[in-house]
Amino acid sequence: MDNIMNAEFLSISENESFARIVASAFAAQLNPTAAELAEIKTAVSEAVTNAIIHGYENSTGMVRLEGKIHKNTVEISVIDYGWGIPDIEEARKPLFTSKPELERSGMGFSIMESFMDSVEVISNLGDGTTVKMTKAIGEQE
Amino acid sequence: MDIRLISEKRALLIRVDGELDHHLAGIIKDAADKKMRATNAINIIFDLGGMTFMDSAGIGVMMGRYKKARSLGGKTAVFGTNAQTLRIIKMSGMDKVIKIVPCLEKAIRYLDKEEIHNG
Repeated sequence: MDNIMNAEFLSISENESFARIVASAFAAQLNPTAAELAEIKTAVSEAVTNAIIHGYENSTGMVRLEGKIHKNTVEISVIDYGWGIPDIEEARKPLFTSKPELERSGMGFSIMESFMDSVEVISNLGDGTTVKMTKAIGEQE
Repeated sequence: MDIRLISEKRALLIRVDGELDHHLAGIIKDAADKKMRATNAINIIFDLGGMTFMDSAGIGVMMGRYKKARSLGGKTAVFGTNAQTLRIIKMSGMDKVIKIVPCLEKAIRYLDKEEIHNG
């Protein structure tokens, strides 16, 4: 059965765990393994943290979490309406961080890419960023 | 979160339960660094036995504490990992500099060893 879910919350760090719970509860409809669920939770956590730290740097706004289920694939989008990413290619590079002083490891996008099947980033300066990720459930070896 | 000193080893034992994300990371860093300064500890042992989830914020917490310990001539070890936390640790390459051990006893034994663990 196909399904759609939307949630919006304030860009404060307390909502990182909320977003993980919502996304994993939604994906649970596909009966993922514990490992698959952990991968989705981790990828969502990275995307939402980016929205909070970078998307709304020095400000707060709303973060939107969209979920879609089609056949055995879950699609999760994390959307912010913040600053946007100046250089997406650079931002996606492993170990790149614009905030070394915060001890950010620069591993966020690497984790999203390795835990999900696809990661698409759409960003326009001043308009915000959308990170759309998909994962097919039940296809792991 | 519980941070206590193992004084005879000049080691801080940092136990973090639940989910280590960016929200909790700042709180742990501040508490750990404050305690490290106050106690003159030079070694760090992470107890992840009660941790159910960690994302890249955990890498920041662990690497940051490792760097502090290293700058003081100390070492860092971790025990109590599960499949998810171990995967994040290995993905980051942290396992090359932070020793993964099965229990606290082995962590203390690692601190006692003379050879410098580098990778």
